Amino acid sequence: MTRHAVSLALALSALVVAGPALADDDWIPPVTDDLTRAECGDCHMAFQPGFLPARSWDAMMDGLADHFGDDASIAADKTEHIRAYLTANAGDRIRSEMAREYMRWVREGGVPLRITENPEFLDEHDFRQEVWDRPEVVTKSNCLACHEAAERGSYDED
Amino acid sequence: MSVPSVRLPTLSLAAGLGLAVLAPVSAQADAAADRQAILDALAEEARAADPAFSGFSAAGGETVFRTEWAGGDERTPSCTACHTQDPTAMGRNAKTGRPIEPVAVSVNPDRFTDPDEVAKQFRRDCEAVMGRACTAQEKGDYITFMAEQ
Repeated sequence: MTRHAVSLALALSALVVAGPALADDDWIPPVTDDLTRAECGDCHMAFQPGFLPARSWDAMMDGLADHFGDDASIAADKTEHIRAYLTANAGDRIRSEMAREYMRWVREGGVPLRITENPEFLDEHDFRQEVWDRPEVVTKSNCLACHEAAERGSYDED
Repeated sequence: MSVPSVRLPTLSLAAGLGLAVLAPVSAQADAAADRQAILDALAEEARAADPAFSGFSAAGGETVFRTEWAGGDERTPSCTACHTQDPTAMGRNAKTGRPIEPVAVSVNPDRFTDPDEVAKQFRRDCEAVMGRACTAQEKGDYITFMAEQ
């Protein structure tokens, strides 16, 4: 075995063992909670909790009656279930390379609510206006318009 | 002698197919019953609001669906802003871009079968489209229209 073959084999085995979580910074742990997926997914894709810190999800769940201008309130028991899931899996609570890249832009104690305003997002989406104007895009938060596998946490297209 | 031995499996196969065919039919019957229960509750509400209430109409529902209300969010002046002019077609959320399953019951038999979902969706959508809550009459008409689409 040449040295190259050995290191290739080692690299491959690392991929198999670690999975995408450690090997890929275009992957973030997907939403695995059914209620969160269903309720948040009612109007938009249920965004992965790793994109925001826990205090942001707390603020989000406190403010559903005016959710970016819409009344997205749901029953109190559902709100608390979803809050618990989102905060437990928030970007400052999980080990994920992609979440880490987003969290490093969040000021200490800062409570961002829009993932699309994170410099990491902006840096990855530095497009001409005509791209944003495509009819299927509608808004910057419509991940699925371009990232087919976004719901599975995979953002590696384009 | 060979005839029964051929018939038996044929019969059980037929029985098996019968079950397979019946299952979705009964699921649809359940869905229709659930939808009717929602309509019954709305009818009671409508009667309480207006003693002259005389039932729901699909034509009224179509008017709710196609009218340019323009009373709520400017991106959603009408139901059709998201659901398109064709209730049997896929729609798209005009604010988020997310695809929306067809509203027509013929395409989507589970529509209007969960009372909590129905209440939630009318609360959000009436506010977004009309800038106010829908009346029980409007909700019942809308469901009646979609049940025929």
